[in-house]
Amino acid sequence: MIEIKNIYKKFGKLEVLNDINLSFKKGECIALIGPNGCGKTTLIKSILGMVIPSKGDILFNEKSILKEFKYREQIGYMPQIGRYPDYMTVGQIIEMIKKIRNSNQVLDEDLVHAFELEKIVDKQMRTLSGGTTQKVSATLAFLFNPEVLILDEPTAGLDPLASEILKEKIIKEKEKGKLILITSHLLSELDDLITQIIYMQDGTVHFHQSIADLLESTNEQKISKAIAKILKNKSNEQNH
Amino acid sequence: MNRIIKIIFLDILKNKIILAYTLILAILSWSSFGLEDNSAKGLLTILNIILFTVPLVSILFATIYLYNSAEFIELLLSQPIKRKKIWLSLFLGLSLAMVLAFFIGAGIPLLINAPDSVGIMMLVIGCLITLVFVALAFLSSILTRDKAKGIGIAIMGWLYFALLFDGIILYLLFQFSDYPIEKAMIVVTAFSPIDLARIQILLHLDVSAMMGYTGAIFKDFFGTSLGLLLSFSLLCLWIIIPFFISLIKFKNKDL
Repeated sequence: MIEIKNIYKKFGKLEVLNDINLSFKKGECIALIGPNGCGKTTLIKSILGMVIPSKGDILFNEKSILKEFKYREQIGYMPQIGRYPDYMTVGQIIEMIKKIRNSNQVLDEDLVHAFELEKIVDKQMRTLSGGTTQKVSATLAFLFNPEVLILDEPTAGLDPLASEILKEKIIKEKEKGKLILITSHLLSELDDLITQIIYMQDGTVHFHQSIADLLESTNEQKISKAIAKILKNKSNEQNH
Repeated sequence: MNRIIKIIFLDILKNKIILAYTLILAILSWSSFGLEDNSAKGLLTILNIILFTVPLVSILFATIYLYNSAEFIELLLSQPIKRKKIWLSLFLGLSLAMVLAFFIGAGIPLLINAPDSVGIMMLVIGCLITLVFVALAFLSSILTRDKAKGIGIAIMGWLYFALLFDGIILYLLFQFSDYPIEKAMIVVTAFSPIDLARIQILLHLDVSAMMGYTGAIFKDFFGTSLGLLLSFSLLCLWIIIPFFISLIKFKNKDL
């Protein structure tokens, strides 16, 4: 569904993405992990067209996304730090996005109810806590039943109850056969969600494996331990 | 497109600064027309408003508004909307609001007190000057991510066009007064939208008789319908070119 072909991105002299090649298919739930500043968010923003790659191409349903915008109708995006106009209320933001999208699809308002956003529709965005802002972001990402969900650190800042609600929602959407792309640092949270894992470091992809392969090759039960093992082996190899 | 323009336009109208701007324009215009029976002094006051206040408020308000809507722009970018459309809607929404403020504040008293060609001319030029400085604001806000720097560039731009440019012209006039540079001056005025507006309006007022030989040359050129057309198209270029450059930059910006 999404194919990333030889993407490079430089910010000034800093190389953030270096020859990234990936492909994602429908029904997959992919975790994108790696240390801070390894280029995860830049990669995601490239797919969304918010960052324009220096070189390379990204295909969405076999069509290049460069200079395109329509394809974004099929993407729900939840940013790492949602930034919204300060003086708009929660209700106004949701209404505005509905108007802008102008879609006649049935809206998916599960999260509006689950997060009890009805109670805060009249609150201005600047008065919301970080976690509540994240709830609004999550709701907006799921609202239009998109084929692809891109979630950047979805559970960071959410309380345990809300993050459980969100996880359940993600699993539900996964079962509907949607493509879900998650970045996260909390590996333990991902255990029952993901089918594939991508590890990035310094702007390159270290490995891209399915969870089953990963666990088998390392003889571990948990994703976090399996990854720790791989990284240890790698650093050992480098030292010798 | 219309939906986004509407959202932006309504958002700006809610802003108290734009209301204050309209009110100040209205007070200045009505009081200057009310002082004397003759509308000439009122026209001169409005001329000064058009040449100083309108550019300053337009460029500053638009620049600050753009920086403050960084979040809004980011939000729109993740939606299925063309980048060009976002930028153009912002421009049209802001321009519409600023032109409306000018029209209500200064335009209505102008039309009531000086309902002749001069009044209409001033109204049109005031609107064009508003658009020029909104376009320049778009350019200055896209040049840097730093809000303070961007506003600084906007103020410098205003200072340059409103004050410095005239100083440079005067300097040139005195330095080269032995040479026949009057025709060259006509070309030089094209480099400042405020001077284009000033000359165009002054030529239509009685005071143009006091502008001397250079004034006569200007009258010969800008007074004709060809000159009028040319100076209006130059003002339009002053809107299109800065906005177009900012649009190209916005299309390639990383957010």
